[in-house]
Amino acid sequence: MAKQYDAGVKEYRETYWTPEYTPKETDILACFKITPQDGVPREEVAAAVAAESSTGTWTTVWTDLLTDLDYYKGRCYAIEDVPGDDTCFYGFIAYPIDLFEEGSVVNILTSLVGNVFGFKALRALRLEDIRFPVAYVMTCNGPPQGIQVERDILNKYGRPLLGCTIKPKLGLSAKNYGRACYEGLRGGLDFTKDDENVNSQPFMRWRHRFDFVMEAIHKAEAETGERKGHYLNVTAPTSDEMMRRAEYAKEIGAPIIMHDYLTGGLSANTQLAQWCQDNGMLLHIHRAMHAVLDRNPHHGIHFRVLTKILRLSGGDHLHSGTVVGKLEGDREATLGWIDTMRDSYVKEDRSRGLFFDQDWGSMPGVIPVASGGIHVWHMPALVNIFGDDSCLQFGGGTLGHPWGNAAGAAANRVAVEACVEARNMGRELEKEGKDILKAAAKHSPELGAAMETWKEIRFEFDTVDKLDVSHK
Amino acid sequence: MSDVQDYPSSLSDAASRKFETFSYLPALTPEQIRSQIQYVVDKGWNPGIEHTEPNNTSSNYWYMWKLPMFGETDVDTILKEVEACHAAHPENHVRLLGFDNFAQSAGASMVIYRGKTV
Repeated sequence: MAKQYDAGVKEYRETYWTPEYTPKETDILACFKITPQDGVPREEVAAAVAAESSTGTWTTVWTDLLTDLDYYKGRCYAIEDVPGDDTCFYGFIAYPIDLFEEGSVVNILTSLVGNVFGFKALRALRLEDIRFPVAYVMTCNGPPQGIQVERDILNKYGRPLLGCTIKPKLGLSAKNYGRACYEGLRGGLDFTKDDENVNSQPFMRWRHRFDFVMEAIHKAEAETGERKGHYLNVTAPTSDEMMRRAEYAKEIGAPIIMHDYLTGGLSANTQLAQWCQDNGMLLHIHRAMHAVLDRNPHHGIHFRVLTKILRLSGGDHLHSGTVVGKLEGDREATLGWIDTMRDSYVKEDRSRGLFFDQDWGSMPGVIPVASGGIHVWHMPALVNIFGDDSCLQFGGGTLGHPWGNAAGAAANRVAVEACVEARNMGRELEKEGKDILKAAAKHSPELGAAMETWKEIRFEFDTVDKLDVSHK
Repeated sequence: MSDVQDYPSSLSDAASRKFETFSYLPALTPEQIRSQIQYVVDKGWNPGIEHTEPNNTSSNYWYMWKLPMFGETDVDTILKEVEACHAAHPENHVRLLGFDNFAQSAGASMVIYRGKTV
């Protein structure tokens, strides 16, 4: 029996609240934290979120009847309390896979975090997690190379990678900048890094930077006998210009380039990642702007979602926070999203903020990058938290060494190797860290001086974005 | 300035050449070698031994000593092979690898005996 057209406004829940629905394996599932305006019932506002992020609008339209809306609509299938917070609740929404263009995180986000975030019946809205069905995952290109390939390209096994962001962030000439890179690399770093806002400013145009940095890499490689890289930032005003810089980096033999995926944009990022895969280049991803989106516990997009989006769009490294350094990051939540970067199957685990099982199929993993206000004293904790498949990046913690960058780099390299050696021998890094570092410093005056310089520095502030647990 | 130490490393000094994991630490003691082998075994990785001339470390392919010891879990047996490789090539770097066949990557790779760098 065909439906009849009935003009007017229906409550959203009549169509989009379906507690009897069992999600399909191919559905894209989303968990939103919903803070309604006063007096709006949970089911109605949750259904509104489902409607406004999929097929619905505020009124009935005759063209609804030209299609099978029951097939195409997103629907809210469950509502849960948020532990320890009565102002909001979790709404779980299922979207049929047909709603989204294949291989397009752009299309997914445009729907899921589009107009709905400005919806008046909501006080606030946060996208907490997305479950991408493996059928959708396999339509995305993903990381250009992945963790194992990166290890093979760079010949680094059995330990975390070691990097350093060159400071001052802005203002160095290309030749001086290359000097700072060379000193770090010859001291034992695997990578140096352009800071995110180093693009192509008047004081240092990109092409000069690329040339001088490549000389630094070549000389440090010849000197140490180890393979080195520098994340050449190709983030640019247009994607054409971005590609021009990437092509030049390849031409001069750089192993790795860098992009800012949020400010640069997801279309550009996906394009660049595909190009990197086709051209054998590694891709380091910075996340400027993420805290604008992910830090407010009631509104925005959780970083675990931004992590999944990046893994699908493509990148071999992604900044993950450090837990211990100067930037925000809850420990259990961080462990949740670094699993999401690296593992091929991640189980639902509310204690780590993971709302869904996530199967990554054959998609390679992303290396988490711990960077921001870390120094040698953090090394034992970092090795313990992040494990071998990680990149530990000390900017000030390398360049601020009293004897210069090479000594700072050597201090960190000795420290990371001492921690790995001790861990392999079964020692507990976070308990015995001090003894392990002190013993290593006996053979490394560089490490001894670094430990003396930074012995009192701590960053102990309360985390703003905590996991939702009842003791909050 | 007198407090600042120079960082000794140069193209002309062969001792500046490193060889990846643990090459920034003092050479492993016999006791440390045993526990690193134990670590590879405990991880369920397949031990393998490779060696090379110290001026050829950056090559992907070092000389394989026999074949990887698939399924070998006895530390003494593994150690004996490392020593045999070292005895046959005393001037070469000898490294122990732990092949992780699930990740298709080496989970560990470390030089156990250091060759002559000068």
